[in-house]
Amino acid sequence: MQAYDLPDQFGHFGQFGGTFVAETLIEALDELRDMYAKYKNDPDFLAEFHHDLKHFVGRPSPIYFAERLTKKIGGAKIYLKREDLNHTGAHKVNNTVGQALLAKKMGKPRVIAETGAGQHGVATATIAARLGLECVVYMGLEDVKRQSPNVYRMKLLGAQVVPVESGSKTLKDALNEALRDWVTNVSNTFYIIGTVAGPHPYPMMVRDFNSVVGKECKSQMLELCDRQPDAILACVGGGSNAMGIFYPYIEQENVRLIGVEAAGHGLETGKHAAPLSSNSAIGVLHGNRTYLMQNEEGQIIETHSVSAGLDYPGVGPEHAWLKDSGRAEYVAVTDDEAMAAFHNLCRVEGIIPALETSHALAHAEKLAKEMDPDQIILVNLSGRGDKDINTVANLAGITL
Amino acid sequence: MSKIKSVFDSLDKKQSKALIPFITAGDPDPEMTIEILHTLVDAGADMIELGIPFTDPMADGPVIQRASERAIANNVGIKKTIEIVKEFRQKNKHTPIILMGYANPMEAIGIDLFIQLIHEAHVDGVITVDYPPEEAKSFVEKLKEKNIDTIFLLSPTTEDKRIKLIIEQATGFIYYVSLKGVTGSANIDIDQVTERVRNIKRYTKLPIGVGFGVRDAKTAKEVALISDAVVIGSRIVQEIENSSRADLISNIKKLMTEMKQAIA
Repeated sequence: MQAYDLPDQFGHFGQFGGTFVAETLIEALDELRDMYAKYKNDPDFLAEFHHDLKHFVGRPSPIYFAERLTKKIGGAKIYLKREDLNHTGAHKVNNTVGQALLAKKMGKPRVIAETGAGQHGVATATIAARLGLECVVYMGLEDVKRQSPNVYRMKLLGAQVVPVESGSKTLKDALNEALRDWVTNVSNTFYIIGTVAGPHPYPMMVRDFNSVVGKECKSQMLELCDRQPDAILACVGGGSNAMGIFYPYIEQENVRLIGVEAAGHGLETGKHAAPLSSNSAIGVLHGNRTYLMQNEEGQIIETHSVSAGLDYPGVGPEHAWLKDSGRAEYVAVTDDEAMAAFHNLCRVEGIIPALETSHALAHAEKLAKEMDPDQIILVNLSGRGDKDINTVANLAGITL
Repeated sequence: MSKIKSVFDSLDKKQSKALIPFITAGDPDPEMTIEILHTLVDAGADMIELGIPFTDPMADGPVIQRASERAIANNVGIKKTIEIVKEFRQKNKHTPIILMGYANPMEAIGIDLFIQLIHEAHVDGVITVDYPPEEAKSFVEKLKEKNIDTIFLLSPTTEDKRIKLIIEQATGFIYYVSLKGVTGSANIDIDQVTERVRNIKRYTKLPIGVGFGVRDAKTAKEVALISDAVVIGSRIVQEIENSSRADLISNIKKLMTEMKQAIA
């Protein structure tokens, strides 16, 4: 494969990506693009970023051989990249540390964020507290109700949580509202987007900050196994954890890259959050062109997944490109399959995974069986499941 | 010559300014939308912006968001919006209609089909909020072939270099967004708008309309003095939202008449 250098200067990944925003946001995006270009290779900025990743986040996160799970499933060896061990419990913090440092360099005293399950909101509130920035988090009213512990966490960290009552009252509406705030408060505010979506340069910038995950894997796999894995699996909502681990491997074509979407109640029911696996149409939302769950007149339709973090009707434009180019594969896993994999990892390995991550685990179990025992699967264990215990208990009919 | 241009030309001869109200198609329902359109014209609208309902109107404030939600609840989408224009055209051939919407519904039915349908419905201009000029080149060309204007937004933060880029592609008029924010935000700073409009005029002979934040007759009057057109959106949509069905038409007529007198 030739050197991978996407996106182009306008943020296009082939026909995907770009900058589809109202004119009122262009100036802010131009400023952000220029400042990111200035700092992305700046030694002092990078030193500060990596210092915080090491001492505040706790990186590098280990890779762990899930020996008992491997034995139980039979087939390829399953390794886990332990992003769940990061401060705040998920990969989300890598990106927020990067963007918050950039906000500070740009002299913006106020940061805003959107959040679905609350992980990105918590990660943003955390780094805002660490850097002394004012923090406002937009969260759909439905999610505020579903994820009350994370709402309280954000408040403990000094953030203001604004419930969003427009539209479907979930993640996509929180993103709309954050964009509206940004348009209004452009001069003093930095918008920390939590996934590889949004207008250019966000998909690129979030990927870059989170690619520390894949870069670590490359050297850790050599240390542990003397070689790279045969397949890398990660769950995909917007797709930030998947891009973080995929990106450093894109040019290494003998490593399969597999993104796992949320099939919810099943792709055939229409109640899912899997735009790539369900062959959704291409459209424009939140500033970029990508595959989108929508009706025939372009209205965005409501998604369903047991995991709030995958409950998003679009997907990062780079994933759309990776799918069309054939470099990555995308599959979907139902709520029930994800729940089974969740319980499996709890009991067999003593790790409570996030429900989002459980989707990747469920597919790893299927795939391992089809592969040889000397082959290796690396799963991005993107987050821990403490935040999900209420959801899991509710599904079992238990009130905590 | 486009209908939008000829309206501006004839207003120019009378030394008067255009009044451009905005409403969302299908709010409060499709039949009322047509009645409201005729009412707006009767009360002095020189052209009308008609919003295409969208689930995710990220540049709009809460008032127009709710209008979109009401319209979608009535099953009004992009095709029905165009149907509404067709029906309006049965009685009114002369008032320019400008569709304002987001890229996704237009792309969902296909840009070529969209342009064909709006051409058949005698739509005169299109504002696609989330198509900046860099992403809109072929769209603008295709609209030009049908003699439909593409209206672009300029914002308080748009730099001079960019003003030139946008003006190269814009036809019909330039829509100057008078404040940093979404539709229906705070009141505008008239001194700042005056200066910005004067600056834009250095680059173009196109008429300049000012919108976002024109909430009362006094502001409308001030804006009319320094621009070529006054766009009033959220204030009218708010009237639709707050009026009972019985009072709706008379309330809109009253509001529009006030605005018309103010800018006359």
